[in-house]
Amino acid sequence: MTRPILRTALVFTLLFIALLVNVTIIQFVRVGDYRDRPGNQRVLLEEYDRERGPILVGSDAVARSIETGDTLRFLRTYSDGPLYAPVTGFYSIVYGATGLERQENRVLNGKSDLFFIERTEQLFAGRQPLGGAVETTIDDRAQRAAFDGLQGKVGAVVAIEPSTGRILVSAQTPSFDPGVLSSHDPDEIRAYYAALKADPKKPLLNRPIVSLNPPGSTFKLVTAAAALASGKFTADSVLPGPATYRLPQTSTDLRNWNRGPCAPGGKLTLSEALAVSCNTAFAWLGNELGADALRQQAELMGFGTGFEIPLRAATSRFPQDPDPPQTALSAIGQFDVRATALQMAMVGAGIANGGTIMRPFLVQEIRAPDLAVLKTTEPEVFEQAMTAGNAASLTEMMIRAVEKGTGTNVRINGVSVAGKTGTAQTGNDRPSIAWFVAFAPANAPKVAVAVMIEESGVAEVSGNLLAAPIARDVIEAVLR
Amino acid sequence: MRGTLRTLRMPRRGSVTSPANAVVGGLRQPSRRNIELGLLVGAWLIGAFGTVQVAWATTEGMNQRLWITIGVVAILSLAMHVTLRHRATYADPILLPVATLLTILGLVMIYRIDVAAALRAERNEAPLPTPDVYAQLTWFSVAVVLFIAVLILVPDHRRLQRFTYTFGLLGLVLLVLPLAPVIGTTVNGATLWIRVGGFSLQPAEISKILLTVFFAGYLMEKRDSLSLVRSKFLGLGFPRLKDLGPIAIAWAVSLGVLVFQRDLGTSLLFFGLFVFMLYIATQRRSWLVLGGLLFAIGAALSYLMFGHVRARVTIWIDPWAYADDSGYQIVQSLYGLANGGIFGAGLGQGFPNFVPFANTDFIVAAIGEELGLTGIFALLLLYALVVERGFRIAISVRDSFGQLLAVGLSITLALQVFVIVGGVTKLIPLTGLTTPFLSYGGSSLIANWVIIALLLRISDRARRPDVAETTPDEALTQVVRRI
Repeated sequence: MTRPILRTALVFTLLFIALLVNVTIIQFVRVGDYRDRPGNQRVLLEEYDRERGPILVGSDAVARSIETGDTLRFLRTYSDGPLYAPVTGFYSIVYGATGLERQENRVLNGKSDLFFIERTEQLFAGRQPLGGAVETTIDDRAQRAAFDGLQGKVGAVVAIEPSTGRILVSAQTPSFDPGVLSSHDPDEIRAYYAALKADPKKPLLNRPIVSLNPPGSTFKLVTAAAALASGKFTADSVLPGPATYRLPQTSTDLRNWNRGPCAPGGKLTLSEALAVSCNTAFAWLGNELGADALRQQAELMGFGTGFEIPLRAATSRFPQDPDPPQTALSAIGQFDVRATALQMAMVGAGIANGGTIMRPFLVQEIRAPDLAVLKTTEPEVFEQAMTAGNAASLTEMMIRAVEKGTGTNVRINGVSVAGKTGTAQTGNDRPSIAWFVAFAPANAPKVAVAVMIEESGVAEVSGNLLAAPIARDVIEAVLR
Repeated sequence: MRGTLRTLRMPRRGSVTSPANAVVGGLRQPSRRNIELGLLVGAWLIGAFGTVQVAWATTEGMNQRLWITIGVVAILSLAMHVTLRHRATYADPILLPVATLLTILGLVMIYRIDVAAALRAERNEAPLPTPDVYAQLTWFSVAVVLFIAVLILVPDHRRLQRFTYTFGLLGLVLLVLPLAPVIGTTVNGATLWIRVGGFSLQPAEISKILLTVFFAGYLMEKRDSLSLVRSKFLGLGFPRLKDLGPIAIAWAVSLGVLVFQRDLGTSLLFFGLFVFMLYIATQRRSWLVLGGLLFAIGAALSYLMFGHVRARVTIWIDPWAYADDSGYQIVQSLYGLANGGIFGAGLGQGFPNFVPFANTDFIVAAIGEELGLTGIFALLLLYALVVERGFRIAISVRDSFGQLLAVGLSITLALQVFVIVGGVTKLIPLTGLTTPFLSYGGSSLIANWVIIALLLRISDRARRPDVAETTPDEALTQVVRRI
């Protein structure tokens, strides 16, 4: 009977192999499918079963988990939710996570490899792993100053420490309360989320790093940098600045904001042109330099790069292959030039930092559950965007713009501020966008800030009027 | 062969340290009981480690009761080991440790699910549920007593052959007993239990052993006529019409179990067992074909006629559509397995109690969640090892009854593992069967331990040096055996 026994054994061997293959498919091949199924509570419950680490601003936890005692053991709470929403994001049982809650999830939930030693200890001690803490680079006072200044408007503010790239401010209005989205009540979450989605002002958009707008006259900083870099121009080079500039190959005239010539006689230096934000002079300059030189300068300053701070920022851009009239418009930050507030803050920070653009970052330190520092973000150079001499020269022009030109509202007693206004047209039905890029103190910059106001309800939009005061408040908050 | 060479090289040491070794024709036949003891210690260590891990991970902490549990398991398995040393010296050394390890894994998992249930009750401020692990431990003690009783009362498996028809009748009675008034009980739609005093029993578990003995004895007797070929069809010899009686009866009884007791698993198990044994006894593949055909007809009929069978198949095809009601179990089981991944969430760190009946039908899902794919592989290999030893015993034993019995008992185990693990992992439609050695429940644990006892008994007979043929050493053998 040996033969039939062996054959039967073979049948069962095959059946067992079928079991092994099947279970391998479930637990290895298709494991992701099963985990991601909407009805699967396990992944979620596991996350909610451990104490998620805090997100810190300075030494304050702006997002932290508290024990609830119900099935979802920990509840995520936010002190000043709307203030820090662009930084923290939310952590929702219905909609997943955004912001640092998403990007640093593995740190916050304690699963990061940085915690290998802690995890091993916890495994043997049999404790639930705890989450690590994420310390941000945000300056609490400056963040509040920006948020307060933005009230009643639609806009964003980004401030950067020029020497390191630390992001000191990332604020927006309108904002939302991540605490509501992170509650344990799905109906409440859904209702609130639907309302946010329906809002035409898009409060869920991470405006400081994602909202792309034409930078307007603030882009003249890039054009001026390109002019200096070309070697053909200095701060004192005389440019034509008439009342109108006929766009090449067209019959369209470009005007200055005051509808007259930029200077008596229609001629002025580069430095003066920047101070008074002379459109005709910069449009002319754009075609003198050419689109390639402008794009090259823009890309050295961060255009064309998608930064991860670690939140993913939108990529600012300079148009590909513009013709001469388009180049002229691009040189003054119109046409298809698009920038985020983060990008324009980087332009300011790069000039402030002697031409060296630092990579912007939002996470200062990763800490273990016992708050021991596990990882510190080291400042990293992105590009040397211009020579130190040209940066100094550009700084002088920006100081002049604040003291004698268009950016007077950013002046601070006893502090030398360098700045540049911008007012960008966006189209027929949308209001113009008010910009301000500034840094201070001009001789030893501690902060560079970009303010972008998309809507204000005010009829006459101007960077100096709407954006400069906010920039001033943020600078004061950092310097105080 | 390797063992023989080693003992030849060191004859003295072998005879001193291993008193159970016998000398046959000048060659020592190792009893391998020391190997068994070593493996058994390994199983205890794994069990103790698992228990400690659960205690730590769930913040239950180590308490005295836990140590007592571990101690009791060690003592019980040691008792079985000692029984084997005296009553089945040459028995297979792998079966006992592997079955013990499986039982221990079951106890650890049941304990772990107890902890989860207690935590949940605590959170909901409900009264604490009675832990199942102590009941299971009690059942294990009963199983050990029966294990020892089988080895003592059945010194030679061939004696069972005398009870072929008694066992057959008893097996059938036990099978239908849950249908009897008063004592029969229906749980979750299946009429599988009988309630006597405070205990409920699943007589089908015992019945499967009795019927295996019956099949072995019966087929031994009838295999000559059953293997006669009447007609050839498609290259296969088919049996005579009048010999179709037994398979028809087995088919009818299986269908009866399905219809009246609504127990798909048991029905499948009995019919599969009978067909395989029939094939092995007669060596006619035509029986397999006939069996397969009958199975297909039965399956098709029951699918068309019975709602509960149809429901099982519908859920199997698309459990996600029923994720919140009838498919809940299997969907949760899959989520659990996915949560486990390759290495598992770790003992005490998953959510095995999300799956209803986590400690009975779905205990494999719980193991898959907390010990991962690695754990399931290890588990299935342990089962494969038990089954492989069973088949090996069947091949090595000399008498046909023993062969059939050993192979039948192995098949019941293998089929049961396949049907339940396949069901829990959605390879085949889910049918309610216990997972041998692991599932919480007395009848199943006892029955499977009796199967192990019988396999050990047969293996002892297979390897035992034939005393009558080795007269020169008989005295020596007996002296050794008394020690």
